[in-house]
Amino acid sequence: MSEVVVVDYGAGNTRSVRAALGHVGRSSVVSSDPATIEEADFVVLPGVGSARSAMEHLNRTGAAQALRARFAGGGATLGICLGLQIATETTDEDNGVLGLGLIPGYAHRINGGRVPRLGWAVVEPWGEAYYFAHSYAVESVDVVATADGIIAAVQRGSFLGVQFHPEKSGDAGLTFLEQCLSPV
Amino acid sequence: MPLARLIPCLDVAHGRVVKGVSFVGLRDVGDPVELAKYYSDGGADELIFLDIAATPEQGATMTSVVARVADVLEIPFTVGGGVRSVDDASRIIEAGADRVSINSAALRDPALITAIAHRYGSQAVVVAIDAGEGVVHTHGGRVATTTSTVPWAVEAAERGAGEIMLTSIRCDGQRQGYDLVLTAAVRSAVSVPVIASGGAGCAAHVAEALRVADAALVASIVHENPAGLPGLRREIEALGIHLRPWRAEQ
Repeated sequence: MSEVVVVDYGAGNTRSVRAALGHVGRSSVVSSDPATIEEADFVVLPGVGSARSAMEHLNRTGAAQALRARFAGGGATLGICLGLQIATETTDEDNGVLGLGLIPGYAHRINGGRVPRLGWAVVEPWGEAYYFAHSYAVESVDVVATADGIIAAVQRGSFLGVQFHPEKSGDAGLTFLEQCLSPV
Repeated sequence: MPLARLIPCLDVAHGRVVKGVSFVGLRDVGDPVELAKYYSDGGADELIFLDIAATPEQGATMTSVVARVADVLEIPFTVGGGVRSVDDASRIIEAGADRVSINSAALRDPALITAIAHRYGSQAVVVAIDAGEGVVHTHGGRVATTTSTVPWAVEAAERGAGEIMLTSIRCDGQRQGYDLVLTAAVRSAVSVPVIASGGAGCAAHVAEALRVADAALVASIVHENPAGLPGLRREIEALGIHLRPWRAEQ
């Protein structure tokens, strides 16, 4: 089994994602190196920090172009939370930021309910509860799962993005990660 | 709206869990990592660690606890106590905590709330408020300030707090139930979620709190009997509160 590459965009907490990958028997490396990202069998784009600083970091290091290239080539990528939001075309966060454009759609500030939206919610049609912590949510035609009317997962080609944090969602989250990783 | 959350709170001093954890089933009840894992396996939705002996020199000890907890825990956790600067918050979050909780430091320097939220997002900043007689207290509830509770909660949320953790000094430790009136007043004044804290004596108290708040903090009620956590969840659910679907491991 090959190593999972966790994309570093300079905003801290990759530790939980790597710990969760370890719990499902996968070793991982943290990298922002374009060649490493482009060639990896499986890449995780984690979700911490702000959209603007994340995109600036990805653009500056060349990781953004590498993520687009691996997407075009069919390389499996999992985006988590902010990692889903910046995979769209634009996000309203930080007065508007251009995303990676892997999937059609955009991210907008959540309206309605308590914001930030914090806590566990049952994701349908999967029927499992996962942990959410976000103030922005995506709109996309590629929706594959929702929770409380908010898009919980989007898939296009080899990219799967989830709004929840599988690395913080207990056994359900670990099972989810295991399933994502099973083809590689 | 997400499901109601049940959040055990662990008081930590010098890297050890203190105050009232009594349980023979654990090898070491003082080890925050072992207890955290035990509560996580028992159905906690989230955990909070409060460093009650925090001093600048203790920072490194807490950071290493946070890192060890992050390596074993697959549910979110918040760390409070001793967070006085953005650098303190960074240290804790980069060691693997999901969120930091700030209390008196936010009162002294409200811009700190905004600075941490700007760097890590609002969801990473909890402002803890110890309230009594209508005003905010500091020093573990011993010193009254002139700041009114509800306006301070509103200001904290406006400055970027992603959640308010509200402890009623009057109710804390009394086991007679949470301060529902105060909790409801704060929650109706802010648009961020609110954690009710202080006063749980039984499942019915927690269920009442979860009708007026987004989450309930529990301490002695679980520390006195850590093995009772799954049962507490079931009792709360039987009272009509929706917690996350969770099954004890076989």
